[in-house]
Amino acid sequence: MSVLIFVDTKNGEIKKSALEAVQYGSKVAAQLGGQAVALTLNAKEASVLGSVGASKVLNVTDASINASDPQKVVEAIVKAANTVGAKVVVFANDSTAKAVAPRLSARSGAGLVTNVTSLPDTSNGFVVSKNVFSGKAHALVNILSDEKVLCILSNSFPVVKSAGTAPVETFSVDVSAINSGITVKEVKGMGTGGAVPLPEAELVVSAGRGLKGPENWGMVEEMATILGATTACSRPVADIGWRPHHEHVGQTGVAIRPNLYIAIGISGAIQHLAGVNGSKVIVVINKDPEAPFFKAADYGIVGDAFEVVPKLNEAFRKFKQANG
Amino acid sequence: MKILVPISVVPDTTSKIAFTDGETKFNEDGIQWIVNPYDEWYALVRALEITEKDGGTVTVVSVGDATAEPVIRKALALGANDAVRIDVKPTESYVVAKELANYAKGQGFDMILLGKETINYNGSEVGGMLAEFLNLPYISLASKLEVNGGVATLERGIEGGSEILEVKMPFVASASKGMAEQRIPNMRGIMAARTKPLTVVPASNVAAKTATVKYILPAPKSSVKLVAADNVDELVRLLHEEAKAI
Repeated sequence: MSVLIFVDTKNGEIKKSALEAVQYGSKVAAQLGGQAVALTLNAKEASVLGSVGASKVLNVTDASINASDPQKVVEAIVKAANTVGAKVVVFANDSTAKAVAPRLSARSGAGLVTNVTSLPDTSNGFVVSKNVFSGKAHALVNILSDEKVLCILSNSFPVVKSAGTAPVETFSVDVSAINSGITVKEVKGMGTGGAVPLPEAELVVSAGRGLKGPENWGMVEEMATILGATTACSRPVADIGWRPHHEHVGQTGVAIRPNLYIAIGISGAIQHLAGVNGSKVIVVINKDPEAPFFKAADYGIVGDAFEVVPKLNEAFRKFKQANG
Repeated sequence: MKILVPISVVPDTTSKIAFTDGETKFNEDGIQWIVNPYDEWYALVRALEITEKDGGTVTVVSVGDATAEPVIRKALALGANDAVRIDVKPTESYVVAKELANYAKGQGFDMILLGKETINYNGSEVGGMLAEFLNLPYISLASKLEVNGGVATLERGIEGGSEILEVKMPFVASASKGMAEQRIPNMRGIMAARTKPLTVVPASNVAAKTATVKYILPAPKSSVKLVAADNVDELVRLLHEEAKAI
């Protein structure tokens, strides 16, 4: 049985989370004894998906089919799934999937699981693990229906590229009958300055109220630059306007699961931890040895951020120079 | 303007997460139940702001058994005009969305607003399914919503930015932080909520598409390794050699 992987693009570029999804989908296809087919929207270099396991790529070139209008995307996916005989559709669990995957599930009567963190166990049904309770637990969920939709949590499946390329076919879908009434007026970038978006970032440097004021973020940004990391912040800091809201990680902000999360001057309230506890390695720098964040950390420094961070930046810089 | 706000009943954010019955059920002992914060703080409050300004009604609807009613009353205390409880325990998103759609169909709601996800299962699934079942446009992860005549303008969060969209009513939207500010119900609201209509409608027994087999708690984190503040080189070494994070 074939697996269809939906691949969203940003200005024609394929996102890292999509590579993870394609690789995941190719493994599921191998389990089911079928092919992994990727469906891309206006991708520039779709053939590279062969390097992560796609055996074929269907590329939609109609620009009116995009994530802002989920009904049209669903139409394209349904047609592609029928064409290649796929009963399983895989997404990266991003903002596009959140708009499209539930519609697809309702449309085709497919069981949907989001925040997926494991390959399916097909020994007794089709069971995948998903994050629940903001990462404080996992649930093993069995999909009962023949049609299945899976949304893969970012940074759960490291991408290993091979040398392969995949043939790319242009895929046409007639969406003229769909009039959702949605018009895009404006797209705003939030000045991440080319940094990796937070949900996809592997390295994140974050700071909180311990920094005393927005004028002190220079050293945090410096650390991010040295490490090639993305900056983040705690909720109070975003609420009082020291940092933009899109940097807020936590239960009500962005949930992240980078390889390394460095938290500076953040006490570690339960709502903050809920958004970052999927991080593989957590470093906490706080002058209060009783800060609850130390209980969730792998490494910690008890000390004043204004003394520790500049020294640490120097040490990171030395390390980077020595290790390229 | 007629607005529908589907709400979920969830454990308080500070709840202890534990499981029972061979790790197959969430342990509800001692749990305080609340309206899902995304549904309440953002979707419901914004719906109330819109009807307070332009006139209209806000109906809250929840899929749940009778134990959900005290929590549903909280939404009435905040100012919703009436409430509906669809009488079945919510098991998974498809069931919830289909039950909501069966209730909402043909009722002429101009707008259906709900939170971007529940804080317990974090699925972000019900809104999109509901929109598909009702054949309505869906705007997910909206942090702003303004209404002007029959058209709404929304700001939707995307990775590293946002987009401004216009959509004609009726539509479904999921609300994220920024759409409104949390409100605290006042005594008058709480008193009024006691007599506001809370209608119970029977469920239509939708078949589930998924079933949770088991819950797993992550292994406890080993204790933190502290590095002296004047020995930052050691932290860099540990991150590189031991954690392999840089």
